[in-house]
Amino acid sequence: MENSVMTDDNAAPAAAPTADRRNAPEASVKIDAENVNVHYGETHAIKDVSIGILDKTVTAFIGPSGCGKSTFLRCLNRMNDTIDICRVTGDILLDGHDIYDQQIDPVQLRARVGMVFQKPNPFPKSIYDNVSYGPRIHGLVNSKAELDEIVEKSLRRAAIWGEVKDRLDAPGTGLSGGQQQRLCIARAIATQPEVLLMDEPCSALDPIATAQVEDLINELRESYAVVIVTHSMQQAARVSQKTAFFHLGVMPEYDDTEKIFSSPSDKRTQDYITGRFG
Amino acid sequence: MTDISVDWASPAIADRVKKRHRADLWLKGGGMAALGFALLMLFILVASLVSTGADAFRQTHVTLDFDVSESRVSPDDIFKGNFRAIVNDAIEARFPEVTSRSDRRTLTGILSNGAQGAVRDAVFADPSLIGRSVTLTVPVSDPYDQLMKGLIKRDTPEANRRLKDNQIAWFDQLQAAGLVSKPINWALLSNADSRFPEIAGLKGALWGSFYALLVCFLISFPVGIAAAIYLEEFAPKNRLTDIIEININNLAAVPSVVFGLLALAVFIGWFGMPRSAPLVGGITLSLMTLPTIIIATRASLKGVPPSIREAALGVGASKHQVVLTHVLPLAMPGILTGTIIGLAQALGETAPLLLIGMNAFITSAPESLFQPATALPTQIFIWADSPERGFVSRTSAAILVLLTFLIAMNTLAVILRRRLERRW
Repeated sequence: MENSVMTDDNAAPAAAPTADRRNAPEASVKIDAENVNVHYGETHAIKDVSIGILDKTVTAFIGPSGCGKSTFLRCLNRMNDTIDICRVTGDILLDGHDIYDQQIDPVQLRARVGMVFQKPNPFPKSIYDNVSYGPRIHGLVNSKAELDEIVEKSLRRAAIWGEVKDRLDAPGTGLSGGQQQRLCIARAIATQPEVLLMDEPCSALDPIATAQVEDLINELRESYAVVIVTHSMQQAARVSQKTAFFHLGVMPEYDDTEKIFSSPSDKRTQDYITGRFG
Repeated sequence: MTDISVDWASPAIADRVKKRHRADLWLKGGGMAALGFALLMLFILVASLVSTGADAFRQTHVTLDFDVSESRVSPDDIFKGNFRAIVNDAIEARFPEVTSRSDRRTLTGILSNGAQGAVRDAVFADPSLIGRSVTLTVPVSDPYDQLMKGLIKRDTPEANRRLKDNQIAWFDQLQAAGLVSKPINWALLSNADSRFPEIAGLKGALWGSFYALLVCFLISFPVGIAAAIYLEEFAPKNRLTDIIEININNLAAVPSVVFGLLALAVFIGWFGMPRSAPLVGGITLSLMTLPTIIIATRASLKGVPPSIREAALGVGASKHQVVLTHVLPLAMPGILTGTIIGLAQALGETAPLLLIGMNAFITSAPESLFQPATALPTQIFIWADSPERGFVSRTSAAILVLLTFLIAMNTLAVILRRRLERRW
C-alpha cells in the first residue's frame, strides 16, 4: 500500500550507527517510570509501562497512531492533569522523587520538564515576550538585564538568535513554521528545564525546517534529557540514542536505537519498523 | 469490489445532473427571496419612520424683538421676572390692530410656552439685557408649526381646522415680514421632555439611557465574564454545572416584563431604591444582559485554540495565568462583540423600565444615577401615548434616534470583531 514508507524504513537502520556514535557512555537515569497505567474514563490507554529515561540522551517514542506514546509523554510533565477523566497510576520518579506526589506542584514541575508541541504554538505576543514569559512567571530573574540574557541565551541555544535578534519586538506568530517551532523550543528551555519533552515537533514542518530542528535536538542533548515522540522512524533513527516502541498501550521494547532498528527482539517491533503495519 | 459500469453520457445521468442544478437554484433563490423580503420590511419600517419623523428635525421659529423692561424683570431677582408678559408684549407689538381681549389671548398663542424660557435664559446669561430690547428667535406653538409643515391644510373648512382664518392670517403676516424660519431642531436633542411638543426633547431620555446602560455595563460585564470563566475553565463537568448552564440559557429567554416585576418587588420594594432611577433601570437591564454576555464569553473562550492553553501550561503557567494572560485576551473580541450586542438589546428594552417607573413625565435631565429619568424607549412610549399632534412626528423622530444608536453600537461590534479577531 504505502510503498514509499516501506523503502524509507528499510533504509533507516543504516542511518542509526551515526547517531549512536555520539552516544554518551556514562548517562544516568533521569526519569524512572514503574508500572504506569493511564485510564481515560473507561479506556485503558497505557498498560504497565516501565521505562528508565537517561539524562543527556535523546529517547524516541515510536509506534502506530493511538498506541499511547503521546499520552505517556504527557504523563511525564503531568499535562494529563488538565483532562478531567484522565487517571494515572504507578510511579514516575524524576531524580528519584515521585512527580505525582502531593507535595509536587505541577506548575513547577512543568518548568523543570519543558514541553514542545506538535503544532508550533507561540503566544500571539512578541518574540521577546514569548521567551521571557516562563522565566518571569517563575521569578527566575531579578532584573531586566538578566531577563535579556536568558532570552538571548535561549534563542541562541534554539539556533534562532541570528534570525530574530533584530526584531525581538515582532510578533512570534509572524515567523515561519520552522522558526516558530524553534522559538517554542527557546521558550521551553528558557525556564532552565532538566528534561525536554517533544511531541512530534517536526510533523508540521517542511524538510529543511525539520533538519534544523533535528540538529538542534542533537545539541540540546548535551544539556538535557530529551524525549521525542515521532511518527517518522528515520527521524527516530537520526536523532535518538534510545528508542521505546509503543503498541496498543503497552511498550513491548525499549533499547538502544541501533538495536531496535537493526535487530529488534520483539516481533511487533520488527513488524512495525519493517512497515508491516502502522 | 464489484464492478459497476457507469455510462456517464446516458440521459438518466444527464437528467440527474439537471435536477441537482435545479435544486441548487431553488435553494439559492429561496434564500435570496427571504433576504429580499426581510430587506423590504426593513425598508418599509425605516421609510415610514422617516416620512413621519423627518418633520420633527425642523422646528418653525419666529424672530421677534423682546423688550426686557425693568418693570417686568428686576435685576435683583431675575427668576421672579414676568417673562410671560414680555413675550406677550412682543407679539402684540407686531399686531397693534388686535385689541379685543379674547383675540389678544389667541394671538399670544402663536408663540410657544418655551418662548418665555428662551427669553429668561437669555436674560440669565446676560443680565445687562434688562432695560434693553433683545432680538430672539423662539419656537412657535405646535399648531403653527403644523401649518408651516403643511400638516394643517389651509383648504380644510374653517370649522374643521385647528387654526381659524384670522390665526392663519396673522401667521401669514409674520411670514410676509420675513420673521418666520424653520431651522434644524436641535432642541429635540438638547431639551428635556415637555408637555408642549414644540419644545419637547430627548435630553432626559438620552441621559437616562446612558446612565442605565453604564450601570448595566459595570455590573454585567465583570460579573458575566467572571461567571463564564468559572463555568468554562474551572467548573467540573457534572450535573450541577449542566443545570446551571440550562438555567442561564433559560434566563436569556425570560420575558423582560418579568425582570421588571422582580426589580419592582426587590430593588424598589425591599431595598427601597429610588423609583424611576437609572440606577434601578441599569440593574434590571443587567439581569437581562448577563446571560447574553455569559453565553458570548463562553463561546469565545471555547473558540481560543487549545494549543495556546497547552503552550502556557507547558511553560508552567498556573491556571489563572493561562486564563488571564493568554486565553482571555484572545477571547476579548468575541466577548466585546457579545457585550455590545447585549447592551444594544438593553438599550431598546422597554417593558422592565415601564414597571420601575422610568416612564414618568420628567422635564429635566437626570444629573445622577439616583434622579428620576426616562430612557429612550420609554420616552417613545410616552410620546406615542400623547394626544398632541406634534408628538406624532416626534415619536418617529425619537425612534430614529434610538435606531441610530442601535446601528452605531452594532457597527462598533462588527468593527471591533474585524479589528481584533484572528491575531494568533
